[in-house]
Amino acid sequence: MSLDTLIAASYFLAAVLFILGLKAMSSPAGARRGIVWAGSGMVLATAVTFFWPGMKPENLLLIGAAIIAGGVPAWISGRRVAMTGMPQMIALYNGMGGGAAAAIAWVALLGDGHGDGMSWTVATLAVTGALIGAVSFSGSLLAFAKLQGWVKRALRFAGQNALNVLILAVAAAAAALVVMDVGGPWLTVFIAVALLLGLTLTMPIGGADMPVVISLYNALTGLAVGLEGLVLDNAAMIIAGTVVGAAGTLLTQLMAKAMNRSLANVLFSAFGETAAGGDGIEGAMKPVEAIDAAVMLGFARQVIIIPGYGMAVAQAQHKVWELAEALMKRGVRVKFAIHPVAGRMPGHMNVLLAEAGVPYDLIFDEAEINPEFPKTDVALVIGANDVVNTAARTDTASPIYGMPILDADKASNAIVIKRGQGTGFSGIENALFYEDRTRMLYGDGQAMCAELIRAVHEI
Amino acid sequence: MIDGFVALYIFMLAAFVGYEVISRVPVILHTPLMSGSNFIHGIVLVGAMVALGFADTTLEKVIGFVGVALASGNAVGGYVVTERMLEMFKRSKDRDQDQE
Repeated sequence: MSLDTLIAASYFLAAVLFILGLKAMSSPAGARRGIVWAGSGMVLATAVTFFWPGMKPENLLLIGAAIIAGGVPAWISGRRVAMTGMPQMIALYNGMGGGAAAAIAWVALLGDGHGDGMSWTVATLAVTGALIGAVSFSGSLLAFAKLQGWVKRALRFAGQNALNVLILAVAAAAAALVVMDVGGPWLTVFIAVALLLGLTLTMPIGGADMPVVISLYNALTGLAVGLEGLVLDNAAMIIAGTVVGAAGTLLTQLMAKAMNRSLANVLFSAFGETAAGGDGIEGAMKPVEAIDAAVMLGFARQVIIIPGYGMAVAQAQHKVWELAEALMKRGVRVKFAIHPVAGRMPGHMNVLLAEAGVPYDLIFDEAEINPEFPKTDVALVIGANDVVNTAARTDTASPIYGMPILDADKASNAIVIKRGQGTGFSGIENALFYEDRTRMLYGDGQAMCAELIRAVHEI
Repeated sequence: MIDGFVALYIFMLAAFVGYEVISRVPVILHTPLMSGSNFIHGIVLVGAMVALGFADTTLEKVIGFVGVALASGNAVGGYVVTERMLEMFKRSKDRDQDQE
């Protein structure tokens, strides 16, 4: 068997493993198997690529060094990152992939300058992939910096969208000059402008919307990889890149839908900064002591726990699960309700609960759990806010009006563990907190859970 | 070059596969799945390797080197975080077995 055939066959096998792996990853039971399959496909494809005919032997050493230079820090950071930091790490790794796609195009187009004569079609594919990859690179890095808290503000000004269109036009013009092989500095200019575009597109987007943006950049990187696959004649890249491009697009739509927003809305409008709404809520918040709350929980038949990102910030997930176990020991039925946007991206809260050891068959999403609330004695809200705000149902002036929420107010009682009386992440007043059946348990999430556990054991 | 239309067919079919394969994914897996698909486009590594493998000038080698390093970070980091997340997903049954 010739080397060419061996490589082609390995790439084919890798593509099959990627698709099967992705399929397995879309159900909880097979998910772990899925990533292992995809991983073995990646190892296989990488190993055979060292035997690609015609590569310069002296460059093989460089390739090995570069793999170590990129892979080792990524391995270490990936092992170390806390589960709460997952969204920004995914953004970072994704940006690296986009940058790699742009680099491939850059090298291919540089090589074109000294005469192997790239066709117009191929050159166009290359610059398109480079543009998308570069935008994904710089955009993802900025998303990483924002989620990491390095960049605090979302910069917005009038005419921002017009400016972005202008930058895109400049990038397209530079790309056209590159395709026509005019030479000179245009290739460098093109890459620089494309990188700038990623920054200016991501700049105005607020932290709450970042997950959708990261998902979009993930899809874009996939597309860029697919396009560069066409340039390099590499079927594994075409298939894997395009599959991710399509799957990522669907995932982005699902996320935007879960947040009740359109993609265009996320990208081109300001949200959350000037949010007022919810005016004129009548009544007062009614505080409760931990011991009374423990009695309500301990003698309930069914309790639904609604965790939010505040729980993860307080590192309270282990305590919450301990509390749930204490209640279950008393014969209380405990379920966890997770809103699609709980955490910093859809599914993030599931990861955080899984880390604390909560089995996934106790965890339910909004559609599954909402009919259960009227049959529930206590809804325990920990660090969640907007996702239980009844203003989303009733107050047309509220910025979150129309968003599907968890019906905590339909339970016989609601207990809300909250640090203070403020409005939290989005700055929107929460109508649930003022309901007659709602009791507020003020304090740090972790400390309060510890007190509840102690009190439940005593009663 | 793979014949133009054949490439187009591959592109189209792969897009359908990507869309269909995850169309019934439950919300609880959105984050790991995004991470997993992020890992899969780490296949850009093989392209970056070939680009660097054929690089002539110093500039090409530098850009190629950066490309391979970035791609390798994408693949390795993507795998590690996805595996860590998925490892934690367990049913009540599995948990009880673990504890025995």
